[in-house]
Amino acid sequence: MFDLKIPPELIIQCMHCGMCLPVCPTYNLTFLEKSSPRGRIRLVKEVEDGNLPLTEDFINEMYFCLDCQACQTVCPAGVKYGKIVESARIKIFKLGKDKQAFMKKLIFKFVFASNSLFKFFARIVRFYQKKLKPLAFNFGLYEIIPKKLLQIEELAPEISDKFSDEILPEVLKPNGEAKYKVGFLTGCFMNVMYSKINIDTVEVLLENNCEVYIPKEQVCCGSVMAHYGDIETAKKLAKKNIVAFSKYKLDAIVVNSAGCGAFMKEYGELFEDDKEFREKAENISRLTKDVNEFLCEIDFKRPDVELNLKVTYHDACHLAHTQRITAQPRKIIKSLNGIDFVELNESTWCCGSAGIYNILRYEDSMKILERKIKNILETNAEIVLTANPGCHAQIEYGLKKANANIKVMHPVTILNLAYKLSKKSMEEKVDTA
Amino acid sequence: MDARVIKRLEEIVGRENVLTSIENKITYSYDATPSLASLPEAIVIPRTTEDISQILKLANEENFGVVPRGSGTGLSGGAVPLPNTIILLMNRWRKIIEIDTENLTALVEPGVITAQLHQEVERKGLFYPPDPGSMTISTIGGNVAENAGGLRGLKYGVTKNYVLGLEVVLPTGEILNIGGKNVKDVAGYNLKDVLIGSEGTLAVFTKILLKLIPKPQSSRTMLAFFDSIKTAGKTVSDIIANHITPATLEFLDNVTIKCVEDYAHLGLPTNVGALLLIEVDGHPAQVDEEARKIEEICRKNNATDLKVANSETEAMNLKTARRSAFAALARVKPTTILEDATVPRSFVPEMVEKIQEIANKYQIIIGNFGHAGDGNLHPTALTDERDKEEMKRVEQAFEEIFDFALKLGGTITGEHGVGLAKRRFLEKQYNEAGIEFMRKIKRALDPNGVLNPGKIFDLINPRCEGRLPLSREEIEKYKDLWV
Ligand SMILES: Cc1cc2nc3c(=O)[nH]c(=O)nc-3n(C[C@H](O)[C@H](O)[C@H](O)COP(=O)(O)OP(=O)(O)OC[C@H]3O[C@@H](n4cnc5c(N)ncnc54)[C@H](O)[C@@H]3O)c2cc1C
Ligand code: SF4
Ligand code: SF4
Repeated sequence: MFDLKIPPELIIQCMHCGMCLPVCPTYNLTFLEKSSPRGRIRLVKEVEDGNLPLTEDFINEMYFCLDCQACQTVCPAGVKYGKIVESARIKIFKLGKDKQAFMKKLIFKFVFASNSLFKFFARIVRFYQKKLKPLAFNFGLYEIIPKKLLQIEELAPEISDKFSDEILPEVLKPNGEAKYKVGFLTGCFMNVMYSKINIDTVEVLLENNCEVYIPKEQVCCGSVMAHYGDIETAKKLAKKNIVAFSKYKLDAIVVNSAGCGAFMKEYGELFEDDKEFREKAENISRLTKDVNEFLCEIDFKRPDVELNLKVTYHDACHLAHTQRITAQPRKIIKSLNGIDFVELNESTWCCGSAGIYNILRYEDSMKILERKIKNILETNAEIVLTANPGCHAQIEYGLKKANANIKVMHPVTILNLAYKLSKKSMEEKVDTA
Repeated sequence: MDARVIKRLEEIVGRENVLTSIENKITYSYDATPSLASLPEAIVIPRTTEDISQILKLANEENFGVVPRGSGTGLSGGAVPLPNTIILLMNRWRKIIEIDTENLTALVEPGVITAQLHQEVERKGLFYPPDPGSMTISTIGGNVAENAGGLRGLKYGVTKNYVLGLEVVLPTGEILNIGGKNVKDVAGYNLKDVLIGSEGTLAVFTKILLKLIPKPQSSRTMLAFFDSIKTAGKTVSDIIANHITPATLEFLDNVTIKCVEDYAHLGLPTNVGALLLIEVDGHPAQVDEEARKIEEICRKNNATDLKVANSETEAMNLKTARRSAFAALARVKPTTILEDATVPRSFVPEMVEKIQEIANKYQIIIGNFGHAGDGNLHPTALTDERDKEEMKRVEQAFEEIFDFALKLGGTITGEHGVGLAKRRFLEKQYNEAGIEFMRKIKRALDPNGVLNPGKIFDLINPRCEGRLPLSREEIEKYKDLWV
């Protein structure tokens, strides 16, 4: 079971050197130490030592933090900041001190946690987006959801016409020889908002000789709940996934949402004290691969086509900082002929989406987004690539607000496009020949 | 602190700029110095130079201390508050006011981050050499107050070599300008140099005028490995004796190399005694010539291996060994105590060997790395502050290390300053007359001891028996019994 005591070894590892301050988005908004990683760790320490009660401001700082873990990447002492803030949130949540707890529970338990409810909710929004926009405010749905959620109505990208798990069968076989057996996590956001990206991912895997398994029993990975302190719900979901994916003998489990991949890689740790489940969980964590990571490992096929596009890449926090994956997506992008790749200034700086941060702390999130959009506009790129649905939606929203005609895409989407174009040009060549 | 005083502070800077919540006090109770902390009475964010002047006048009137603070990365406790003090937070003063490309100067506010200044001036083909290890977050104000050094110190000098002028507020509230864009200026005492390195005790800097130089056209990086710290030291001496001044000349000892290899997996040999990172820069022809000579010197001194970078990326890779030294050591144990005992460079091998001997004697781990070229060492103790007994041994070890450094004609601190952490040792380096000289300057400028009290030395040095005075009135009353 999770103890409410935050392990002192985690906290004492911080030598308060301050090297993490320059990369922290919240410190750079307030320039106050308490909104910095070093300050937050100190506050947690004082709480643990019994010198500070769970004050309102303490709780506020714990949730003001984006949990982007940029601080973890630069920390010379290897402090596991993410663990510290998440443990503090568990404590706050369990002691019932979280003012937004009702809303979070509503979102976690009734929306994310149940695949069918998430889809049900999405279906309503889809229906609303397509048909009922003017009437929606009379719709009972919006009554039960706090006002801030209305702002995500704007934040929410168009819900896909068809959810990916409704289109994709449980097992797909490649055309040629099957070299790898891979599982695929459809995710909740990806599934309903960006089902197209899921389809691109599966097509890219098939193109690279993978046999793809998409267990129907899979659910939300649980990361959003865990990051906000609701560890129990997270564990319940994780268990379901572990069982679902253990059904097959797989070479890898491919994930195309940075946040989900990062969390599934932690399943092992999550069940550390669970004798019965630990081994299975560790196995799933070991198999979990971000799609960019996996494609580079199997030396993905290079498409033979010229794409004359100017693109840039935004590093999702849970890919760059949590999973330390920065080179692989760039490798995929740069492998495409004709692509003009421009590095994004502060590419590893959080976009402010951070799970459901943009819903819970809309104003803060928008300030952080502004900085990102400014950097994107400076690149003059036509396309921003990013490998996480949260960032995808957030940046799309920011670009729309800035009236910028820049598209947001997942790296697999552009890769799949290149595959398709190269096939087409092949066929044309054959035709003319 | 009296609510009335807080109210008066609020009248000066505005309510929103006086922070007194417990969360704010806790997070301004420390800097980067291990095991030092104390809560301030308030944190005050000045908006203008005039604000600072008024705050200091109020401090004299109401008898409280004022501690200037940049980013709080100091390693001697300079920005740690003592009882009855407020924090004067300078980190929002982030404007680069002017970069003068004709006179080659930069005028900046004190809260500008060192690395940001580097970026801005380099965009204009110029160069600001001081590069402390903390440059991604340290402020120029903090750098000037500590006279910070860095990796490029050997060839280019330290912060003081680049300060041309200052706008300051004195402890009693007067605002004045010192120096300017003139390369030569001998009007009156050299006040600037009294204030540089004063650790926030003599003045608050509000504007800083810095000298810039043209950016070197090219550079070459090398990594050389040696059997022992002795042969590495001999190599350093030979390089200097051959009239070559590398921009960077850094060493790592065996303990540090092992930690770096464990952490970064760079493929470094772990059985060597020391490695040297050498970088020469300047005109391409000169760089070629000097690099060739250095290679020769390394070979002559039996370097076991020598790597020369042929591209920017290769250079970066070689530098990673040195750059990750601190991070590699810091993760071994919870508490990392980074010191900066410094000796004349010819004594580096002797000093490093002695430090290892002392570490063995007290059975603690000390990794050693640093600026071999200028004798500035960073013996780094890896320990756990919860282990009181071991901490005691660490303390004793450092005491011996400083004693030995002083015996070799060295100093207790090459770049981190005295602050609170090294007050005790200052008395070993200076005799009573030396410390009294400093006290006299302090007393003349800050008669009530309001600016960063208790740092570097104690102001009041009792010369009579009996209990210490309890109030300012008592001090006044028995004034002549005190120095
Ligand atoms: C990882 C690490 C590496 C480091 N490497 C180096 C190095 O290579 N070389 C080196 O020299 N130092 C180094 N340091 C020490 C430290 O970074 C420097 O002393 C730096 O100059 C402090 O800057 P700061 O802005 O953090 O100042 P702070 O810590 O906030 O303050 C330092 C002192 O300056 C005073 N001060 C700050 N601003 C002002 C102002 N505007 N007016 C008057 N006084 C002021 C304060 O009162 C205090 O006494 C390192 C520290 C760390 C943690
Ligand atoms: S978290 Fe790491 S980088 Fe930040 S203050 Fe602590 S030790 Fe330094
Ligand atoms: S996780 Fe991100 S927002 Fe939170 S303290 Fe670290 S850098 Fe700052």
